[in-house]
Amino acid sequence: MSIDIETARRVAKLARIRVAPEDLPELAGQLSGILTFMEQLNEVDVTGIEPMTSVTPQRLKRREDVVTDGNIQAQVLKNAPDAREGFFAVPKVVE
Amino acid sequence: MTHANQLTLAAARDALRKGELSAVDLTMSCLTAIDAGDALGAYVHKTPDIALDQARAADARIKAGDAPDLCGIPLGIKDVFCTKGVPSQAASNILAGFKPEYESTVTSKLFTAGAVMLGKLNMDEFAMGSSNESSCYGKAVNPWKVDERHLTPGGSSGGSAAAVAADLCIAATGTDTGGSIRQPAAFTGIVGIKPTYGRISRWGIIAYASSLDQAGPMTKSVRDAAIMLGAMAGHDPKDSTSADIAVPDFEAALTGDIRGKKIGLPREYRLDGLSAEVTALWDKGADMLRAAGAEIVDISLPHTKYALPAYYVIAPAEASSNLARYDGVRYGHRAKLSAGDGITEMYEATRAEGFGKEVQRRIMIGTYVLSAGFYDAYYNRARKVRALIKRDFENAFAAGVDAILAPATPTPAFGLGEMGTTDPVEMYLNDVFTVTLNLAGLPGVAVPVGLSGSGLPLGLQLIGQPWQEAALLNHAYVLEQAAGFVSKPEKWW
Repeated sequence: MSIDIETARRVAKLARIRVAPEDLPELAGQLSGILTFMEQLNEVDVTGIEPMTSVTPQRLKRREDVVTDGNIQAQVLKNAPDAREGFFAVPKVVE
Repeated sequence: MTHANQLTLAAARDALRKGELSAVDLTMSCLTAIDAGDALGAYVHKTPDIALDQARAADARIKAGDAPDLCGIPLGIKDVFCTKGVPSQAASNILAGFKPEYESTVTSKLFTAGAVMLGKLNMDEFAMGSSNESSCYGKAVNPWKVDERHLTPGGSSGGSAAAVAADLCIAATGTDTGGSIRQPAAFTGIVGIKPTYGRISRWGIIAYASSLDQAGPMTKSVRDAAIMLGAMAGHDPKDSTSADIAVPDFEAALTGDIRGKKIGLPREYRLDGLSAEVTALWDKGADMLRAAGAEIVDISLPHTKYALPAYYVIAPAEASSNLARYDGVRYGHRAKLSAGDGITEMYEATRAEGFGKEVQRRIMIGTYVLSAGFYDAYYNRARKVRALIKRDFENAFAAGVDAILAPATPTPAFGLGEMGTTDPVEMYLNDVFTVTLNLAGLPGVAVPVGLSGSGLPLGLQLIGQPWQEAALLNHAYVLEQAAGFVSKPEKWW
């Protein structure tokens, strides 16, 4: 399976990573190389095998459904690149 | 003469308790070595003020007779651990300026036990790499040097390995997703253990691939690894995958008695083209365990060959999901926007600027294998192969094997800039002996066993049954004692 330039462009878009048009051929080549490496998996007979969901058999623990923290707005916003009036600020999303 | 920073953790602990050494003096000795070791690129954020405060508090505790094993022991902390008020970037520009408002469970446990933090250690960006070359801070360098070249300390925990090997700390924390503790430990002649998945809380560790990531100690001896693992391990309600089972006394398990134990040598690990040197070391290691009374048996792990391709589907898939959070909104880097740029442009520019090339590649591979139409062909198939890889190990253990002996790496440390520059897959092959354990969730420990013909450390890896780190460390202890590896890198930095 090889990845063409159009697929590379689409994957970059899905991943929300800007890739300059002139860099797409190299990226497509590298992704193709990695996918070719993965194709070895097609040799394995996986008939009747369930996909692994948890490496150690365990049941997720449940905790009481209660509020355990809160009132830490300043801490939550402390590392934001742009915080205003108690909110995260981003470019305009809706007109 | 031995300087305090050259002590093992066990020796430093004993000296502190006897009052032969103060935590402040021990810490100062490490801080001096760190400042003289900048050429190694091991430390990326030094925290001498925190270290000295913690050392003074440790001295008071020791005086009061309240001294856990780690009390007063100066440690280096991999940059992937969130440490309150101290930069924690996982060596990525996308987390530039990020200072967590909270402390990871591991560092929290270590500090509660009285440990001292010397600073944050270099690594591959988001723990993706095997050479510590993909770091926003620049490369870490192996203290071992046999010609004019600078060698890699391995990765991703390259800064941790370099710091321990060069005595820039007493021990360090690492994390291991595909070999990131064991491969750098082998490249630098130190001990590193990846425990069973779930043994150590992942809370507050910047995630790469959550079903594979596990933290562990990187130390100067097996005993040190046993002591430090005990301080890091344990159930944590904040990590739903952390196991609620008792933590044994790992140090007490180091009896040196492995008589009657059965050690498996997986025949599939005898790869075509494996160097004669590594093959000989492996045989030598088997002889040492046999001489100690263990029985050596051939075993088969038939799906070994498919571990790397399965890993390079599963890990990027999880990474693409985990790293979606870096969007320039809540923390870290945000790109400067041009007039008219909307939120999508902000995401795309921020992530293009903030992530390095290898991280971008893995996010995109992960995005691809999870995308509609390919999910079954790649991701689900890889998860099925993963189940088969785990079953291989279960079959071996069910047949009575107590532990498995294998090489840690296919080669000794290679030169910086020599690998994977044109083909990313070339770098991936470094993890061929280590990655199977992450897929199966098993504990594994790298132990230095000898020197290569060129004079570089070579390590072997012991693989244990789930939750049997105590027995595993005892096997490693026997191997360590028999190998008698005492070589240290000659100081050039």
